[in-house]
Amino acid sequence: MKSLQELAAIRDRMRQTVNTREPGQNPIRVQVGMATCGIAMGARQVLNAFTEEVARRGLSGIMVTQTGCIGICQFEPVVEVFVPGQEKVTYVYMNPEKAARVVAEHLVGGKVVTEYTIGQAGREE
Amino acid sequence: MYRSHVMICGGTGCTSSGSDKVAAAFEAEIITTGLDREVKVIRTGCFGLCALGPIVVIYPEGTFYSMVKPEDVAEIVQEHLLKGRPVIRLLYNETVAQDNTIKSLDQTSFYQKQKRIALRNCGVINPENIEEYIAFDGYAALGKALTEMTPDEVIQTVLDSGLRGRGGGGFPTGRKWQLACADRGKVEKYVCCNADEGDPGAFMDRSVLEGDPHCVIEAMAIAGYAIGADQGYVYVRAEYPIAVNRLRTAITQAREYGLLGKNIFGTDFSFDIDIKLGAGAFVCGEETALMTSIEGHRGEPRRRPPFPAKKGLFGRPTILNNVETYANIPQIILKGADWFRSMGTEKSPGTKVFALGGKIKHTGLVEVPMGTTLREIVEEIGGGIPGGKKFKAAQTGGPSGGCIPASLIDTPIDYDNLTAIGSMMGSGGLIVMDEDTCMVDIAKFFLEFTVDESCGKCTPCRVGTKRLLELLEKITSGKGTMRDLERIEELAQFIKENSLCGLGQTAPNPVLSTLQYFREEYLAHIQDKRCPAGVCKALLTYKIDPDKCRGCTLCARACPAGAINGSVRNPHNIDTLKCVKCGACMDTCRFGAISKG
Repeated sequence: MKSLQELAAIRDRMRQTVNTREPGQNPIRVQVGMATCGIAMGARQVLNAFTEEVARRGLSGIMVTQTGCIGICQFEPVVEVFVPGQEKVTYVYMNPEKAARVVAEHLVGGKVVTEYTIGQAGREE
Repeated sequence: MYRSHVMICGGTGCTSSGSDKVAAAFEAEIITTGLDREVKVIRTGCFGLCALGPIVVIYPEGTFYSMVKPEDVAEIVQEHLLKGRPVIRLLYNETVAQDNTIKSLDQTSFYQKQKRIALRNCGVINPENIEEYIAFDGYAALGKALTEMTPDEVIQTVLDSGLRGRGGGGFPTGRKWQLACADRGKVEKYVCCNADEGDPGAFMDRSVLEGDPHCVIEAMAIAGYAIGADQGYVYVRAEYPIAVNRLRTAITQAREYGLLGKNIFGTDFSFDIDIKLGAGAFVCGEETALMTSIEGHRGEPRRRPPFPAKKGLFGRPTILNNVETYANIPQIILKGADWFRSMGTEKSPGTKVFALGGKIKHTGLVEVPMGTTLREIVEEIGGGIPGGKKFKAAQTGGPSGGCIPASLIDTPIDYDNLTAIGSMMGSGGLIVMDEDTCMVDIAKFFLEFTVDESCGKCTPCRVGTKRLLELLEKITSGKGTMRDLERIEELAQFIKENSLCGLGQTAPNPVLSTLQYFREEYLAHIQDKRCPAGVCKALLTYKIDPDKCRGCTLCARACPAGAINGSVRNPHNIDTLKCVKCGACMDTCRFGAISKG
């Protein structure tokens, strides 16, 4: 170890990994429905896409987690995004590409991707 | 990138309850289900709740599973990791609310009042991966000390923090460093770490080494910079194999990353650490005996002064601190003395780790701010005493400490308060006793320990403790007299005043403190030939109440000595001459007809 910068570089790189273990410091929650219905429609790929996209962008304060059946199996894969102080957003018919866009626009940009939400995409079906 | 981390306790407690097998089962099941690129299994240090091991915590949710068996693993993987449904029946019950929602761990009574500084990384990081330690600001304190602070500023910060030796003595750590800091760079000096944790029932230091070995390495390097030493030794017991291995791995990694060795952080400072294994002699926890042992001699203490700060290891100025003391140092350097002083009490700032044991629900490791009362630790964090029994006393400080009676349960715990009530902080073992504990027997137990462990160098300790033990044995066998009680007090005082080292000087404490608070129990043994708690066998008689006995013959069949006679459907009786007082009859009786007293 030759300098503080070198140490800081390791720390920053590892922060992404250990972030996962600090639930108290991750107020934004992305929850993927992973019951049999969700998994059958590809929820696992969606979940992994969220995890990877959040890590790739080095975002902090976000917990990517899973839940059981939300009860709207016809819309799977379903993803709910909880931002403290805001109304829950429910995305439906998700896939890895859509997940990447939600990370970019909603989690980073703060703008809900309306066309994927249950209000929009759900009605079109 | 792993979406989920499965943290499995790899501390000694959980390992002995089978966490190795649980970890292997997780690894196998995760591969079978094809989750191996999404879920990572990590062995950690102690979570603290050893009574409920093996413990498994799954992130990102932070779900806390307790008493996990290898058979449970497939269900957890299938349900939780694959389908996102925590397996409620395996969760630590305090985290499950009535409506089956899951509370965070910080809201449980065990963790709520805890404040983790020394244990901050235990259960959070993989102790065998230096980068995880770095991710939680590891080695940042060393970097700060070396590049931004002078050695004197480091010492001043430690001094200002008010940190006192967590090994038990409570000597101000900064003062110790100050005494050893003269002639930096001119004479060879050493930094030692006392990990020779020998008190029965204490396992704080082991857990820190198992869960966060790098924090001790970092702190020792900081100490080396402060006093001008370039070599450190960790003196650790050979019977802590997990701790020794993790420490070894950590030292190797620190060397690879250049955090030990030459020119650390590009400065002139060089420092390295070696491990010295102790063979388990209790006296080697005493500073001069420890250093004598590192030098390769038989571990015996020597007279002080000269104190180690002037003439220690190999005759050079040396500082010796305990593991838990070191574990506080990096945080103090990073966050400052005021931050540290904001916790705990005026004269004992910070926190203290206690190893809870004995008659308590949550056996395990807790870290609380100084000044927390014994009641909070026992009743709230510790979950109280099992079986609805009454709290009788708590023993702190191991063989050097004393018993705190129920009447003093609201005493805020810090160094000075404990000394004032005749006990001592000690390294942090806290053994809880209920009404079934005989205080004379406890005093005898601890004295047996010191008699065994006395190194034999000085007479007051070698012969004195042996004579003291004989007097106690006389009392517990019902042959004691009032004169013996006087002799005990006189001899105890003599041993305290005349022994060479701390071992002998504190050996009579368990006897003196039980005499102070439980004198009536000694009197019952001597005058009434009775052991009120029903422990001392020589004073016990088992009796069958003829009105309650139905003559079922169960007790007669259970008795290993054939001491019970009687015919079917008629009251039985016990032949006290044959009775070996094992209590088997009492355990088998279904009618509560047998009593002891």
